[in-house]
Amino acid sequence: MDTPLIETRNLKKYFKTGRGMLHAVDDVNFKIAKGETLGVVGESGCGKSTLGRVMIRLLDATEGQVLYNGQDIMKYGKSHMNSLRKDLQIIFQDPYASLNPRMSVSEIIAEPIKVCKVLTGKKEIEERVFELMKTVGLAERLVNAYPHELDGGRRQRIGVARALALNPKFIVCDEPVSALDVSIQAQILNLMMDLQEELGLTYMFITHDLSVVKHISSEIAVMYLGQCVEKAPVDELFDNPVHPYTQALLKAIPVPNLKSRNMQNILSGEVTSPIDPKPGCRFAARCPHASSECTHGELQLNEISPNHFVSCAKFGK
Amino acid sequence: MEEKLLEIKDLCVEYKTDEETVYAVNNLSLSINKGETLGLVGETGAGKTTTALSIMKLLPQKIGFIKKGTIYMNGQDIILKSEEEMRKIRGKDISMIFQDPMTSLNPVFTVGEQVAEVIKLHSEGKSKEEIEKRVDELFLMVGLPAERKTEYPHQFSGGMKQRIVIAMALACEPQLLLADEPTTALDVTIQAQVLKMMKDLKDKLNTAMILITHDLGVVAQTCDKVAIMYAGEIIEHGTAEDIFEGNFHHPYTVGLFGSIPDLTTKSKRLHPIEGLMPDPSDLPHGCRFNPRCPKCMDICTKAEPREYISDGHAVKCHLFSDDSSEKKEG
Repeated sequence: MDTPLIETRNLKKYFKTGRGMLHAVDDVNFKIAKGETLGVVGESGCGKSTLGRVMIRLLDATEGQVLYNGQDIMKYGKSHMNSLRKDLQIIFQDPYASLNPRMSVSEIIAEPIKVCKVLTGKKEIEERVFELMKTVGLAERLVNAYPHELDGGRRQRIGVARALALNPKFIVCDEPVSALDVSIQAQILNLMMDLQEELGLTYMFITHDLSVVKHISSEIAVMYLGQCVEKAPVDELFDNPVHPYTQALLKAIPVPNLKSRNMQNILSGEVTSPIDPKPGCRFAARCPHASSECTHGELQLNEISPNHFVSCAKFGK
Repeated sequence: MEEKLLEIKDLCVEYKTDEETVYAVNNLSLSINKGETLGLVGETGAGKTTTALSIMKLLPQKIGFIKKGTIYMNGQDIILKSEEEMRKIRGKDISMIFQDPMTSLNPVFTVGEQVAEVIKLHSEGKSKEEIEKRVDELFLMVGLPAERKTEYPHQFSGGMKQRIVIAMALACEPQLLLADEPTTALDVTIQAQVLKMMKDLKDKLNTAMILITHDLGVVAQTCDKVAIMYAGEIIEHGTAEDIFEGNFHHPYTVGLFGSIPDLTTKSKRLHPIEGLMPDPSDLPHGCRFNPRCPKCMDICTKAEPREYISDGHAVKCHLFSDDSSEKKEG
């Protein structure tokens, strides 16, 4: 197998809090090959955004490695890291909060180009901005508009254009469509898939909505309280979900079809605290199948069929 | 015949600012029977929330105006009520759950005090003990331990805050509950819990509900009737069966369904509706959907379509007029 474009090894990110260590990301391992998309799915507080930020070193890892083209970026010095930033970009969740309200569209898109000194001529930069706006489907007349004049879909297109400005290789997409209306959401998803094909991009697509990642991902990792509980190629995960949490997530999606009206309560309770978690399965408190064996010892991700990994004491064998 | 609880006829709501007039709701008519759930579906800016605020008479003062129309609740026109009368109706006969549970609770009062306030205002002569007992009952009803009523909103998670808001809304057993995107801010598993709880409570108390949402999945799981809004109008309405399984639809409804990422099919691309919602201060002539409509005809840009009804399933589109060749498609 080729070297994956980006890979994490035993990646951990803990935050110190007044009440103890918060395990935001706890021992996560995965590889993303060039041109592929890894979908990362989980509920709020499961550490998926933290993971995204550690991946491109907006946050430093507590332990473990992030390998980009086989090299550990956590060991890079400041200047080395700065030159690498061009390759690693991020699109943020909230198009209302991630754009500076005092900068115009062209200023926002041109900023990374200026900061990284990719282009210096005023004219060249302007041309590049127009080119990017065309790529993401923004009308040229909006070049001097300010973010408040635009709707959510257009703002998110600016976020995409800004991320593309430096010709990145890898983009972390942190819930890029969850703040948008369905019809606009579909437009942005299609745009991102087209761009991936055209430019050979590699994505890590973070979302809480399984139905969104289904369309865009090649592989999906389901996270719960900082850990990856199941990882499989997309069709395998949807056809044959093994972990009880994955099953519950799939069942909880309201399907727009009257025949599948099922209002059973599949999962009770809420996500438990990620501060100093107890040993054993972190999902055990909410799991309908939990028994005493679940709360003892550390669980491993086991490969139950080719490329399908599950971490569960009962079903992961 | 089922009993009509709420009937809105030809409602027009405008927002006036110095520069422009926004036509938020245009000639909207809908009705809901006792105990029924109506799903009001549409995208941001379709006028869903404005409709709900009009029913509560909570439109922003001096900006929002009801220009035309009637809103009959139990046979009485709400529009003619004075502010003082409305205050007695809000929370008692009609109550509303707002979209964002994080901001709809007061951060400086305990959640118990906030639930108790509703009861205090609407049931004169209840002793302190009776009110406290009722608060405990309500907490139990929405699945929260009553001991936590002395805590403040920031000590609760999003799903729990929404439960508290629901407890407040149901405190006086209203006849009509307006739920404005009650689960949009919640995680899927919590959304499933809250929806199930709302449905159970609604059945228990026989409350009618207008569920405002943009998520057709949520509608399919909970609603009896569905109305689809676009640019301030209801462009299609009918029973849930008509909308989800019927054989003719408004092109916008077809587009909405096409935009939803489908879990069952393996196709990669989605089929969104091209373009954006029209600016409500500058609505297109004729049918308001015509600039985005894949089946737009000559007449669509000239005349506003009327409603074509068959068996209670109404569609507002020229495609279904009798002299059209492209009949009953979609």
